[in-house]
Amino acid sequence: MENLLEIKNLTVKYGTYTALQNANMKIGPTDFIGVIGPNGGGKTTLLKAILGLLEPSSGEVIFSEQLSNQKTDIGYLPQVNKFDSRFPINVIDVVLSGLAGKRNWVKPFNSANKEKAMQLLTDLGIAHIANKPIGQLSGGQMQRAFLGRTLISDPKLIILDEPGTYVDNKFESELYEKLVQLNKSKAILLVSHDVGTIFAHVKSIACVNRELNYHPSNIITPEQLASYNCPIQIITHGEIPHTVLGVHNHKHHH
Amino acid sequence: MIELLQYDFFSNAILAAILTAVSCGIIGSYIVARRMVFIGGGITHASFGGIGIAYFLGFAPMIGAGVFAVLSALGIHYFTHKGKVREDSSIAIWWSLGMAIGIIFIALKPGYAPNLMSFLFGSILTVMKTDLLYMLVVSLITVLVFAIFFRLITMISFDEEFARARSLPVDFFNYMLIIISALVIVTSTRVSGVILVLSLLTLPQATANIFVQSFRSMMWFSILIGLFGMISGLYISYYTNLPSGATIIVTLTAFFALGKLIKALFAVSKN
Repeated sequence: MENLLEIKNLTVKYGTYTALQNANMKIGPTDFIGVIGPNGGGKTTLLKAILGLLEPSSGEVIFSEQLSNQKTDIGYLPQVNKFDSRFPINVIDVVLSGLAGKRNWVKPFNSANKEKAMQLLTDLGIAHIANKPIGQLSGGQMQRAFLGRTLISDPKLIILDEPGTYVDNKFESELYEKLVQLNKSKAILLVSHDVGTIFAHVKSIACVNRELNYHPSNIITPEQLASYNCPIQIITHGEIPHTVLGVHNHKHHH
Repeated sequence: MIELLQYDFFSNAILAAILTAVSCGIIGSYIVARRMVFIGGGITHASFGGIGIAYFLGFAPMIGAGVFAVLSALGIHYFTHKGKVREDSSIAIWWSLGMAIGIIFIALKPGYAPNLMSFLFGSILTVMKTDLLYMLVVSLITVLVFAIFFRLITMISFDEEFARARSLPVDFFNYMLIIISALVIVTSTRVSGVILVLSLLTLPQATANIFVQSFRSMMWFSILIGLFGMISGLYISYYTNLPSGATIIVTLTAFFALGKLIKALFAVSKN
């Protein structure tokens, strides 16, 4: 099947500092890729490059024709602490804002849009707070509202940046269940420091530590991680059947 | 009370109050929602530099103030985003530079500056037809821009990064809205002066925010509260012979306190 997008020889520099060096990756239509790596290793830089939020120093991100429609084909769930939670906006308006795209920013939302937003809120279990200002939500409700914004445009690729932070365990497990469902028809790129949880759900792993190493399965050994130059802490999760991992003690270059 | 309206100066003042309530209600909500109040403060005070130069060279102070306000708005934005100066520092730089330039040029002009107090504290009762024209134009631009692009402005203000990821014209609107804010601030200084104008952009909003939470209703309520506050402040100042700008601000503050009180009483009666 044709890839949704391809990252080709991508290098991103901030001034003289190289955040990402010669990264290559392809994302297929039903991929579920977990992005791991140390803090400051370039995970966010990779996401921003895909979202077009920064200019690469060299290389490029090539989008397939399937993704060309107004950028609404990419759903993006940013880290929840990036928002001004006291901004005067209601839950339903947050969800509806996910429909805005390149050439679609003057026309008001119609009743079909609003019905779709309400349907999503019902699915996410927060229909009762549709007209509440976001300042009155709990962390889990907030993350659900933003997931609604991510999904309303029916994206072909969903990008999530640390969706497990600031939320209750119940929502976290619901979220991963939902992602597995969505993954039947959509590609997912998931950034998380919670490696144990990631490995249980993703199909492949990208280790980002200035370089990008793509690992085509969710089973990864400490030795492989070491060869990817990906110094992250791994915790053994016995209950996860596919992934048995030891704590690694290798020395790495930072 | 109605008979006051047959005086030109008083009906002009009422018109100025209406136009200012509309433009400040909208732009103030934008500024408050984006937490840009102190950028507003910087722009306001920087505009005094333009007043000083206009006074020295003998052209309309509103023009000088307008040019300085827009320049300082762009300057603060530029210093912060391109010059790597921390935002609060770049606000302070423009804030005091504008005031300093104003003072220097007023000192250079021989003789006593009779209008200085009205620039600093406003004088809605001396509003002239040309002032009203500026106010009308600025209010119309504000209303039109927010009526047409309300959804986009909300999106950009709430989550700039998401808006950028969707290729929305974020930079264009940021610049346009800061310029409109500068123009609204300058025309509103006729009502309450350089020093007090910040209240016109924040007090109605804070009062509205006691009762409503959405961006749109905040704008509508702010316009109504601002209008009611300015007109009652105007009447109070007329009958008590107190300075109009200051009286309006105190009236608006009283409304805010009243709003808090009403809210508290409702909360008590509910329980």
